[in-house]
Amino acid sequence: MSEERAAVAAEQPAVPSALARRRAPLAALARWELLLLLIIVILTWAGTQISKYFLTGANFANLTSAVMEVAIMALPSTLIIIAAEIDLSVESMLGLSSAVLGFLWAAGVPLQLDIGIVLVVGALGGLLNGLLVARAGLPSLVVTLGTLALFRGLAQVILGTNAISSFPAWFTTFGFDSIPGTPVPWTLVVFAVLAAAFWYVTHATWVGRQIFAVGKNKDAARYSGVDVATLKTALFVVSGIIAALAGVILTARFSSARADNGTGLTLTVVTIVLLGGVDINGGKGTIPGVILAVFTIAALQNAMRLAGVSSEYQAVAIGLLLIVSVTAPYFARQARLVSDRVRGGRHPPATAVDPGEVIP
Amino acid sequence: MSDRAPSPDRARLEVHGISKRFDATLALSDVSLDVRAGEIHALVGENGAGKSTLVKILAGVHVPDAGRILLDGREVHVPDPIAARALGIAVVHQEPRLFPDLSVAENVFLADPPRGRYGAISWREMRREADALFEQLDVRLDAGAAVRGLSMADQQLIEIAKALSVDARVLILDEPTASLSAHEVERLFTIVRRTRDRGVAVLFVSHRLDEVFALCDRATVFRDGKHVVTAPIADLTTADLVRFMVGRAVTLFPKAEAAIGEALLEVRDLSRTGAFRDVSFAVHAGEILGLAGLVGAGRTEIARVLFGIDAPSAGEIRLGGRPVHLGSPSAALRAGIAYVPEDRHRDGLVVDFSIADNITLPILPRLFPRLLVHRSAERTLARGYAERLRVRTTGVEQLVQALSGGNQQKVVIAKWLATNPRVLILDEPTRGIDIGAKVEVHRIVSDLAASGLGIIFISSDLPEVLAMSDRILVLHEGRIAAEVPRSEATEERVMFAATGQVAATLPVSAPATRTGAGGGDA
Amino acid sequence: MTATRARPGGGSRPAALLGALARSRELTLVAVMLVLSAFVTLRAPNFLAPDNLDQVTTLAAIFAIAAVGEALVVLTRNVDLSVESTMGLIAFIVGDVLRQQHLPVAEVWLLGLALALVLGMANGAIITLFKVPSIVVTLGTLSIYRGIVFVVANGSQVSLSDLPAGYSNPATETLAGIPYFVIVAAVIVTVFALALRYTHFGRQLYAVGSDPEAASIIGVRNGWVVFAAFSLCGLLAGVAGILWGIEFGTIYATSASGVVLQIVAAVVVGGVAIAGGSGTVVGAAIGALFLGLINNALLLLLLPQELLQAIYGAVILLAVSTDAVVRLRNRRVAQAAAR
Repeated sequence: MSEERAAVAAEQPAVPSALARRRAPLAALARWELLLLLIIVILTWAGTQISKYFLTGANFANLTSAVMEVAIMALPSTLIIIAAEIDLSVESMLGLSSAVLGFLWAAGVPLQLDIGIVLVVGALGGLLNGLLVARAGLPSLVVTLGTLALFRGLAQVILGTNAISSFPAWFTTFGFDSIPGTPVPWTLVVFAVLAAAFWYVTHATWVGRQIFAVGKNKDAARYSGVDVATLKTALFVVSGIIAALAGVILTARFSSARADNGTGLTLTVVTIVLLGGVDINGGKGTIPGVILAVFTIAALQNAMRLAGVSSEYQAVAIGLLLIVSVTAPYFARQARLVSDRVRGGRHPPATAVDPGEVIP
Repeated sequence: MSDRAPSPDRARLEVHGISKRFDATLALSDVSLDVRAGEIHALVGENGAGKSTLVKILAGVHVPDAGRILLDGREVHVPDPIAARALGIAVVHQEPRLFPDLSVAENVFLADPPRGRYGAISWREMRREADALFEQLDVRLDAGAAVRGLSMADQQLIEIAKALSVDARVLILDEPTASLSAHEVERLFTIVRRTRDRGVAVLFVSHRLDEVFALCDRATVFRDGKHVVTAPIADLTTADLVRFMVGRAVTLFPKAEAAIGEALLEVRDLSRTGAFRDVSFAVHAGEILGLAGLVGAGRTEIARVLFGIDAPSAGEIRLGGRPVHLGSPSAALRAGIAYVPEDRHRDGLVVDFSIADNITLPILPRLFPRLLVHRSAERTLARGYAERLRVRTTGVEQLVQALSGGNQQKVVIAKWLATNPRVLILDEPTRGIDIGAKVEVHRIVSDLAASGLGIIFISSDLPEVLAMSDRILVLHEGRIAAEVPRSEATEERVMFAATGQVAATLPVSAPATRTGAGGGDA
Repeated sequence: MTATRARPGGGSRPAALLGALARSRELTLVAVMLVLSAFVTLRAPNFLAPDNLDQVTTLAAIFAIAAVGEALVVLTRNVDLSVESTMGLIAFIVGDVLRQQHLPVAEVWLLGLALALVLGMANGAIITLFKVPSIVVTLGTLSIYRGIVFVVANGSQVSLSDLPAGYSNPATETLAGIPYFVIVAAVIVTVFALALRYTHFGRQLYAVGSDPEAASIIGVRNGWVVFAAFSLCGLLAGVAGILWGIEFGTIYATSASGVVLQIVAAVVVGGVAIAGGSGTVVGAAIGALFLGLINNALLLLLLPQELLQAIYGAVILLAVSTDAVVRLRNRRVAQAAAR
């Protein structure tokens, strides 16, 4: 969508300045994606400096499979944030899924059936979030904070501190092996398929258009016949299903089902989405940007790991990255104001935010 | 502040040559006004005449583009509401703006609460002062109750108490009676008179002419952002005021004659608690039904119910003779109803979507049942409507944000035409757009009616309603006060009905029961 | 503290009834706690043993102090997820400094409090200057502050033997039968309750949370109020962190991980509306005690500890849903009263 608009902008250079300014965010988005590409290149270079293994196929498989759970969870989270909501409960749904999977497998239920049940559990959890947010009108922030605790608690109730392993070989192979003869992990295939589907839905279908409309102007969307509540509920359900799927993948990768699987991953998911250029206030963002952010985070974590940085420090880096990505639009805006003033253009329209808008 | 002796001849508040422009609209053009200490000065005019803009300038909400404000002869600047309060300008706004979680007393005194020992807020003192204020107002309000849950009338009274709590030099009341009952209005008047007698200059903004005559000493009329006249109330009659308010050359696009067909939309005894009551009417194919009335009379509220945004509390809606349930805008859309909302920025458009994206938003599922959006098909369709409505644009991929108000409104109308509706509701479709675009909107609406649509046309612009409508329903306080056919419609007649003076002054053809109800309220 | 809530006679009867219900959130909690206590005592009589009660209230006191800080933030329509990291950081640094330097304990505590204040100010500054949602910022600082602990700890832990002799004693000592920690918490709760009630700043906190736009119209500087709330929240998290260190004696880099849920739950259960503008710090403190009691009850009734987290989650959802229902009813009543 943005590409097409950018193309139109290029066709009509002689637009008034006000118009040019409107397009600026779109141009900025493209710039943002270029910036991410550049960062990936730099990280790759840094990675090769740190270790000669960085650019090997084995390391690529390592690097990507380590983030595939957060990567797939970032996709529905992107849509939820574009629709101006948030889902903090994904990491706990991942844990719940892992726990249920382990519990059922240990109880002798066939694994294929387990996976199906787990996905249904994910859908139900997402439905709970969706109904409370979209139908009851509660703030998604608190609702998903509540379910963040609830889902994790249920996982602990189901599995306690046990770890279930001894999964069949085909399952664990799927979790950490690559397609024979290639450095492409099976889980990357899952991400690729999902990313393509989300890209298609978000940027090529009217469902995506409606999601953007809801995020930009909920009232106008509703007045235009968009069923805002149903749309949001559906997004949370999809998020729940995908988080459950992430639980399956993580269980396969670790070949271990534990109730505390995935603790702390919400931070990474939200960071990926915002780093991908999605506006925390809704209405703006692209799937390609988020895909690039996935690989940025993957390369960063991998480079740090090769450099011997412990996982605790990696979490700090991700936290810093999150703060940088949410404050970046502010600095971009300031830079634009300055450049506008330098160019001697009109004063921009009242973009100054009300004091009231300090509050989320 | 002790040098505040009333000096009746001297102007307490003077306003000289104030102008204010919002984007394309000149809201106030070189207006002047003076309010003397110890007088109640009425400011009257139609909706959009610029009264509220002047009030907001005096309250420090807006800063004027040009002009001076003098208090007791000294020029003052009112950059923000805090400055206004410091200057002794107290304002009661049209809409109460209170803190729902805080108590009544605290809402009155929050800006400057009474202090006790060690500078601590003295709740007892606050309660006492609040109780005293309410007693003075002859209002029974529990000062300790939370504001959340109080009626609009009670909240309005709190706003008034808030204004009176400050030792004001100027008291401005912006349509303070909109949500008050007759008894409450009478009480308010007593207070306002008492305040005047203490030497405060009172500016009273109102539509309700009966109130102006009952209360005020002098009156100023604004029309289209310009000052028309200032005169002592004793020298004026109701008819004079109405003529000053509406009297302007009508250079508008009259509706083309069209064959009126069968009833498309029928409404029977429709009510919504707190908004309107027992409303019945029908819209026919080819007909433009005007809905006139003051702001808050229930026009928009009726439209919202017809479009499925709000649920009615009673009554029946029929489309093509069959009763329908309109639970959501999408249901209304499917039923063939389209609504051009009052606030096009908030409800009508996604302003950083392109023209094409906006036009197709309601019909995407219909247009592309297989999910995939075909951009070229979409653009072609949008271009068709944009050209038909003569939207001036560099292309349908242009962002709506970059368009002028008139062109934005045409995009909203285009959006709804694309849904192929049977009934089109237009709510203030020409507000804030320039005269050229206005005439174009009129032409479009007239063409649509000629093509067989039923149209409900809501507008505060009287000449426009008169020129466009086949029939006019005049609403007053949530009820139909009069139904005026095109042949009998005059500005005076509609204005009298809208201000609730139907029964007292002019005979009407509307059913007697409704007329009686309307008149009884006044 | 209840005078700001609805009183009977202010509206129609259902409104008054609901108002009374909402007003008595603190009382409701106390009643529920009494019932729960009675039930637990029947099943496990050692619930009433002084040792057990001291332990429950001492731990609850730490959470109550953190909850008071969180309540200040929530009152302004924000949330601070980083409190647990601030607690852990201050607990660890105070312990770390005490084992390495021979400084007076009081000075080290002051240092810890100063650092906690700075951490809170950093949150507040980022949120108000850049106008970004507090949830995102504090999600970031949650992990950044925790990361600093790991840097400082560098794989080590502080043991009771590293600390001055008798450092952990206050955790078990009592004054006139009341645990020290409970007295500290009571003083803090009282101070903040009075400040919220009787200072202009306290009322501005409510105003900003209730309607930010209306607040700025009457001259409240919203940004500063929010900044101050976050600063105080950091400071109180510091107090809670120091007490945590005293209570447990052994401090890890991961100390206090995950407690933010319990703190937010305490605030929400205690009747502070997540939409801002309504609630009291007394309620938040009682909420903390309530959750501590549930924890103890699970323990004594030999129920699985794993239930705890699920209960916290359910309690948060229940509390916000109740708020929403009360609000909705109130609005309906108001609409009905309008005509």
